[in-house]
Amino acid sequence: MKRKVVIDAENLIRTYKSGDAEVKVLRGLSLQVQEGEFVSIIGRSGSGKSTLLYQLSLLDVPTSGRVFVDGVDTSTFSEEERTRVRLNEMGYIFQDYALVPELTAEENVVIPLLMQDIETREARRRARVVLEKVGLLHRLKNLPNQLSGGEQQRVAIARALGHSPKIIFADEPTANLDNETSLVILELFKQLHKEGQTIIMVTHEREYTAETDRVIKIFDGSIVFEGSPKELRE
Amino acid sequence: MKNRASNIFHEVRVAIRVGWFLALRQVRRANIWTNVLVIAIMALTFLNLVVVSGILVGLIEGSVKTIKTHYLGDVFISTPKGKNFIQHSQDIVKTAENIPGVVAVSARYLEGGIVEEDYKKTKKPGDSGNEVGTNITGIDPDSENRASDLARLVVEGEYLSPDDYDQVLVGSLLLKKYLDFESPNFPVLERADIGTKIRITLGGNTREVTVKGIIKSKADELDRRIFMVDRQFRNITNRFDYNADEIVIRIAPGVDSKAVRDAILATGAGAYARVQTAEEGEPKFVKDMKKTFNMLGTVISSIGLVVAAITIFIVIFINAITRRKFIGILKGIGINALAIEIAYVLQSVFYAILGTALGVAFVFGFLKPYLDVHPINFPFSDGILVATLDGTLLRVAALFIATLIAGYIPARIVTKQNTLDAILNR
Repeated sequence: MKRKVVIDAENLIRTYKSGDAEVKVLRGLSLQVQEGEFVSIIGRSGSGKSTLLYQLSLLDVPTSGRVFVDGVDTSTFSEEERTRVRLNEMGYIFQDYALVPELTAEENVVIPLLMQDIETREARRRARVVLEKVGLLHRLKNLPNQLSGGEQQRVAIARALGHSPKIIFADEPTANLDNETSLVILELFKQLHKEGQTIIMVTHEREYTAETDRVIKIFDGSIVFEGSPKELRE
Repeated sequence: MKNRASNIFHEVRVAIRVGWFLALRQVRRANIWTNVLVIAIMALTFLNLVVVSGILVGLIEGSVKTIKTHYLGDVFISTPKGKNFIQHSQDIVKTAENIPGVVAVSARYLEGGIVEEDYKKTKKPGDSGNEVGTNITGIDPDSENRASDLARLVVEGEYLSPDDYDQVLVGSLLLKKYLDFESPNFPVLERADIGTKIRITLGGNTREVTVKGIIKSKADELDRRIFMVDRQFRNITNRFDYNADEIVIRIAPGVDSKAVRDAILATGAGAYARVQTAEEGEPKFVKDMKKTFNMLGTVISSIGLVVAAITIFIVIFINAITRRKFIGILKGIGINALAIEIAYVLQSVFYAILGTALGVAFVFGFLKPYLDVHPINFPFSDGILVATLDGTLLRVAALFIATLIAGYIPARIVTKQNTLDAILNR
């Protein structure tokens, strides 16, 4: 059965100015992600995988090319409109957790829900549900600096999940974690995927792609491989 | 159109809610000493706005208050130009006494005269300092005290009593011991003190009198006069028509001095006398100084306001810049710029409210009541703190507007930056 396309990137080009020189980070890259798909993007440092994620999650605007989210062309969107799409359609997990330091674990999850105009009590209830899901119900009132790296990343995942986004973007979510904690995080992604969540994850660890539906390998701003983890291994 | 307005209203409402949520936690969980420092800066800024200008104005107000209390009264009647005295003075006094709200009326008799000390010694050519030209004033001590509280100004000796004869009160500026400077243009009595016999020459008659008391008010009009009982004054000057030179009227609190003035003028007194309220009777230099100090106060307040705005701007800007990454992250997870800006504006408002509240409590709970009782001893006035409710509210409002703008601009600068650049700190 053909599933709905939630992300459709067409011929993305992203260039940066470095002094007088122009660096082309993405070179006309196109891809589609279907609803419920778990896609991993791999590549060496500087290959353009994070830049691709920024374009897909509307954190950045491509120099040329278009990104369709749920069939809507976002190329003409203003910063405010992109922010609104991120709030309503996307959850983002940063490499360095990026929790707001003055907010407790619960409040970090609550804040996007408040922005969606959800009543505070309901927002707290939902936050508790997702924090329970990531095994942090006992850490609700802790500030980020009172949590370990793994716990912070789990709060970040809960924050990305809290407002039930269509797509979750994860930018090297295990990069700052030890192997054991990384496996816990990956297990969480696996679980979310099973529940039908669309996930696009950037990673440089090839073994972490094993549980994903599709692996996209980037080299020098272009897709050089696209297939299942098994095909990648072969 | 209506739908669009409703959407905007909804967005603003949500942004305020999220901004409040963020601001509250940012303030609550910020370093306590940072909060204390910022609130202290705001309180000091408020004091700078209110106290500096208030004391400047109070400097003059203190002088005006002294002149009004002890010299002009609430309504002041004086000799019109071209006349030597107020005709029908006693009629005017009686009229004034019968006006509702008038609590005291005092007629003063004035004559230029000469005061001498050491007059029994033979003067040598070139001797100076023992003869002073001055205004000698005849008063009914009881009426005068009710009208001008003159007895309170006695710093040495005693106040006059109605039966005193050959007893005088001497203004402090006529005595060397009370003068901080020496000037040939400002002659004084070198040795006169309480109990000293001095000689006054008044209307061609001389009389030996004793210094019973010394008065000091910081109002030249009083401190360069000699006061004696009016009965004796009239005897010396042969002024038995009872026509006075000044009439001072004290009214009860809450009574309109203009109404009293008009009631007196309605009797036709304007034909014989100049009838003025204390404000109208203020010497021109006092009015000019009031205007000057008000202007100075406004200038200083304006500078204080700019300093306050810059201080808040710097505090919020540093706060926003150091938290640029987190502002980027907030935008990254879908919090809109307006909510973040509101969070920073609310933080500045919080600092402004606490700082201002501290300032108001200090000014009205301590400083003003204290200075009312213990005025600052300036050379020419007893300086009080003038801080009216209207003026203070105006300054509070100005401080709030400055704070809102100063809180908003840096937040706007930071939220305007590219989200990704902010997140990646580049």
